Amino acid sequence: MNKHSIFLVLSAMIAAVTVGSQSLAQRGDADSASANAPPTARSGDADGAFVSASKFSEPDGEKLYKRVCAGCHMPDAKGATGAGTYPALARNRKLAAAGYPAYVVLHGLNGMPPVGQMMTDQQVADVINYVRTHFGNTYKDAVTAADVKSTR
Amino acid sequence: MTDKPVLPMTKRDLLTLIGKTAGASAMYMAMSSLGAAHASPFKGPIKLDGDVKGASVLILGAGVAGMVAALELRRAGYKVQVLEYNDRVGGRSWTLKGGDSFTELGGATQTCQFSPGNYINPGPWRIPHHHHGLMHYCHELGVALEPFMQLNYSAYCHNTKAFGGKPQRYATIQADYYGHVSELLAKAVNQQALGDALTKEDGEILLQSLKNWGALDKDYRYVKGPASSDRRGWDKRPTGGLDAAPIPSEPLSIETVLRSGLWRNVSGSLNFDHHNAIFQPVGGMEQIAKGFERKVGDLVRLNSKVTGIRQDAKGVTVAYTDTKTGAKMTAKADYCLCTIPLSVLSPIEMNVGPELAAAIHAVPYRPGLKVGLEFKRRFWEQDEQIYGGITTTDLPISQISYPSSNYGSPGPGVLLAAYSSGAYAYEYTTLSPEERVARTLEWGSQIHPQYNEEYMNGISVGWHRVPWTLGCFGIWTEESREQHYKNLCQIDGRILLAGEHASYVGGWQEGGITSSLDAIGRLHQKIVAA
Repeated sequence: MNKHSIFLVLSAMIAAVTVGSQSLAQRGDADSASANAPPTARSGDADGAFVSASKFSEPDGEKLYKRVCAGCHMPDAKGATGAGTYPALARNRKLAAAGYPAYVVLHGLNGMPPVGQMMTDQQVADVINYVRTHFGNTYKDAVTAADVKSTR
Repeated sequence: MTDKPVLPMTKRDLLTLIGKTAGASAMYMAMSSLGAAHASPFKGPIKLDGDVKGASVLILGAGVAGMVAALELRRAGYKVQVLEYNDRVGGRSWTLKGGDSFTELGGATQTCQFSPGNYINPGPWRIPHHHHGLMHYCHELGVALEPFMQLNYSAYCHNTKAFGGKPQRYATIQADYYGHVSELLAKAVNQQALGDALTKEDGEILLQSLKNWGALDKDYRYVKGPASSDRRGWDKRPTGGLDAAPIPSEPLSIETVLRSGLWRNVSGSLNFDHHNAIFQPVGGMEQIAKGFERKVGDLVRLNSKVTGIRQDAKGVTVAYTDTKTGAKMTAKADYCLCTIPLSVLSPIEMNVGPELAAAIHAVPYRPGLKVGLEFKRRFWEQDEQIYGGITTTDLPISQISYPSSNYGSPGPGVLLAAYSSGAYAYEYTTLSPEERVARTLEWGSQIHPQYNEEYMNGISVGWHRVPWTLGCFGIWTEESREQHYKNLCQIDGRILLAGEHASYVGGWQEGGITSSLDAIGRLHQKIVAA
């Protein structure tokens, strides 16, 4: 089969699924019922952790810091050192210009993944604002979601 | 039936899966006809012929990339020394068994409590048969291999939002998914709905193949009966004796299968890297490290933390600290092969050109977390007839892998009870080791309620807390490959890099080995030609 005909078969399969499901619905109804019973979905933890594998759902900066950033930068934001080093965010002068942490969270730096890709603009702003006003950092100029959006 | 689908599947979702299936098999057929699918960049043992002129090579890192280089360079006549941060060789080729301890960044120390013979591999845990480089060294080093049960039809597909959270057997979901898709496609063929995509004759062949692939009846329907039950399982299985006649089972409806989302779980073993035959070393992945150690362990200086790498016209000088005594030391050689993960290497002072420096700083490291739990008995075998293989789930644990050895032993047994990635892995990693184990028990018991009665102990490794990798393995994108990959692999004066990060087989030992062989091959040519 060439690419064109493969595409046609797949398109037909999609169409067939859409049309065919009506006439097939009668079969296996007992099991269908159980499959569609009220979901027992976990809503995750109270602080928004463990809701989704593909995005962070923590609702504020403190919770985001504790459940995401602290994995590397540590709960006290003092970083850690082994063969390599996670820099401290506590009393970190590189946080003075808010655009810098926004860029790093969105695009990553060295071994750090771009975790902001799994956060909303507001979440990125919240976690940056939290870190820039805690752990010995006293930068008062808050980052907005719009700032983050323009950096994304 | 409710009107609102529990897990609505878009056309795009279905296309993605079918496209993946058709694409993979179509590509495989095309590749096989050219002999490419079985080919490998590994062309047998490397031959480093010629006069090495007494040259010396300093290797940084005693993972598989460093160790294979040490083995082959010494064999070729080079003077070789290896510096390793850890107090053992092997790097991520690593096993945790009873008595082993591990201290993560942040200071938490866990000592593995597993019974003799039980273990988990926190890093790589399986060896595809076509990873020819690694297979070659397993054979040369006398590392015994046994089959890794990648795909077990009796393991579960699980989704918290489908079937009231009740796990379904893989065989059932795959049979019903294939069966219904076959029936629908057969309908499309019979109704001439495919237009001129196929000739009439080819359409007939397709119908026959669909009957075979989907276990359809004579009318091309996927229905309750011996054909479907032979795939999905019976209500009462055929046995011997007076009342032995089997009772067929009722297939799930196509809506049930589609809306359950579990069709996602049947694609995991389609990837070339997960095909049978696939192996594990008997006794854990550390057997590979031990094999290399037997050959070149005498070249390795352990407990050595690299702090600076400097080259000049005469050679390379590496500054390092003895992590036990704190003594500051240096090592010198004519050349340096650096296999340190880029996440660790990037802040280390190193005088290389701007292209290589930029490449070293361009690769982020993936999150990943594994948890091993030990149980008093192998209830997955005794109660549920699951012998090896992997259950997949949308829970944060992502999967449960059952041991591929010692089948039928009474216990205790160890499950790889979580192998988490993505957002879940970051969140899991922030928990204390005790909390990780507690959550893993809570989640896993939704699939195996026996967890609560049978639990003994557990251990976890969150890769971003591992002091010597700061992450699982390097993440490349198409853009970063384009911009930096070749620069990362080029020889820079007297320094060159190797490791899984300098490969297209990221996160697999084969990447480290083939990268290292390629690097030392190029270095050797340069030295011999000089």
